[in-house]
Amino acid sequence: MSASTAVEEEKRRGAFSSRRVFILAAIGSAVGLGNIWRFPYVAYENGGGAFVIPYLVALLTAGIPFLLLDYGIGHKFRGSPPLSFARMRRGAEGLGWWQVGICAVIAIYYAAVLAWAVRYAFFSFTKAWGADPAGFFIGEFLQVSDPGVTAEPVAGVMVPLVVMWALVIAMLALGVQKGVGATAMVFIPVLVLSFGALVVVSLFLPGAGSGLDALFTPSWSALAEPTVWAAAFGQIFFSLSIGFGIMITYASYVHRHTDMPGSGLVVGFSNSGFELLAGIGVFAALGFMAQDTGQPVGEVAGGGGVGLAFIAFPAIINEAPAGALIGVLFFVSLVLAGITSLISITEVVISAVRDKFEIGRVAATLVVALPMATVSVLFLGTTSGLHVLDIVDHFINQFGILLVAVVSMVVVVWGLRALPQLAAHLNDHSSVHVGLWWRALIGVVTPIALGYVLVDAFVTDVQTPYGDPEAPYPTWMLAVFGWGSAGAVVVIGFVLARLRWRSATALDGATYDTDASKEVQR
Amino acid sequence: MSTTAIVMMVVAMLVIWGGLALAILNLTRSAETPTSREVHRDL
Repeated sequence: MSASTAVEEEKRRGAFSSRRVFILAAIGSAVGLGNIWRFPYVAYENGGGAFVIPYLVALLTAGIPFLLLDYGIGHKFRGSPPLSFARMRRGAEGLGWWQVGICAVIAIYYAAVLAWAVRYAFFSFTKAWGADPAGFFIGEFLQVSDPGVTAEPVAGVMVPLVVMWALVIAMLALGVQKGVGATAMVFIPVLVLSFGALVVVSLFLPGAGSGLDALFTPSWSALAEPTVWAAAFGQIFFSLSIGFGIMITYASYVHRHTDMPGSGLVVGFSNSGFELLAGIGVFAALGFMAQDTGQPVGEVAGGGGVGLAFIAFPAIINEAPAGALIGVLFFVSLVLAGITSLISITEVVISAVRDKFEIGRVAATLVVALPMATVSVLFLGTTSGLHVLDIVDHFINQFGILLVAVVSMVVVVWGLRALPQLAAHLNDHSSVHVGLWWRALIGVVTPIALGYVLVDAFVTDVQTPYGDPEAPYPTWMLAVFGWGSAGAVVVIGFVLARLRWRSATALDGATYDTDASKEVQR
Repeated sequence: MSTTAIVMMVVAMLVIWGGLALAILNLTRSAETPTSREVHRDL
């Protein structure tokens, strides 16, 4: 009886058709904008070639173990974060909704960056930004206002943002396999090809070698700096899409007898593999620019992030032979990497709403995504969009993702003491034995490492208000969009957790978990 | 490129891309999931 219940639930919730689809979807989620515009610069700033060591240590001692924790939770408890946490312990459901709230906030601004990248892919053909890419980006394209919030729309951002949301909503409405899975099956191979082509073109630019020199020359003294180790753990953590519900949700769509630890190793190494490729491509191009302008490589990187993508790269495209090709490949790669991540982030919210309120796929997609799209267009499609994005992104990363990850981890490990049953579940069909080493890493090493990164970020933000000291953000803006948004998702999360589950939703292990039901029958 | 930079680049490639190759190899050796119908029959 329970097996048929499980099959029914799979039909109702949706599922990936195979392990391959799941792995590609998980890679699609993990590989995002941060792999392209964050990793290369973080590596360069934190010891160059020597950064490989703390980076690998972080991947193996925190990244992959944490990924397996998320997989264990989603795969064993077969639900979105609220349902999985509620099944683990009824009182822990709020943690799941907190994660869902964070995903909703991120999707709202993440979509805007993708809208910019779509425009810039087209701009690349004609180098529409002209001789001054920085002036164009801030002035003509985004028409950035003084710090504050305005209601002045910017059509050049608003229109592609609406199109981006329409596209994402359409893909998500198609369902887990036909929407989320199929998108990843197509987009991830195309991303690897387009970014691979970009790397090849970049490596043939004059000066590419000096860029790689800058990225890979080791500064061994960096290994003695705690900040370098914190940067490595931070990079691995933010890059892998772990700790805020995505991997729990995706794992809940995977067949019960899947080798999750084996799959997790592929996902973790794929994410880092792409990051390394991005580092090579980006720094080869930066090396060309440095040689062309006679500046050091670090000076032409635009500080990583938005500056690297929308200011430094257009400058490279202006000067490089085959610049238009580099531009199209770069911005198309950004869009492909970003869209699969945006889909995964939004899917968490849809999945949670479907689980809790038992509504259909299309209805849930519209109920969830239309309000998110509206907020996104209203706040990010105006002249103050960049300010809102900058603040929300900073705070929701540090005091949203990182905080909820550390708190949920500590609760699961030390509060609910769930590691033994999660390890047993992971080992059930695994090619890699999840043993005591995993429990030690997840129980002690990872929380301490991430806790250190979190406290360090908190102290920094309390001591120095976030933003550019020359054009500071108004305090109310930091309070509302920064601390406010990070705090609101906690409150809303625990309020939503008070709502009753529908009677059709099984919270009792024997009804949703075939392994547990076998135990009961015995 | 300097020799140390080349060495570090090769080390990073070997460990990360080599790790990926090993992870894929390991997974292909572990059996793919049976379909729901097969599981259903089993039970």
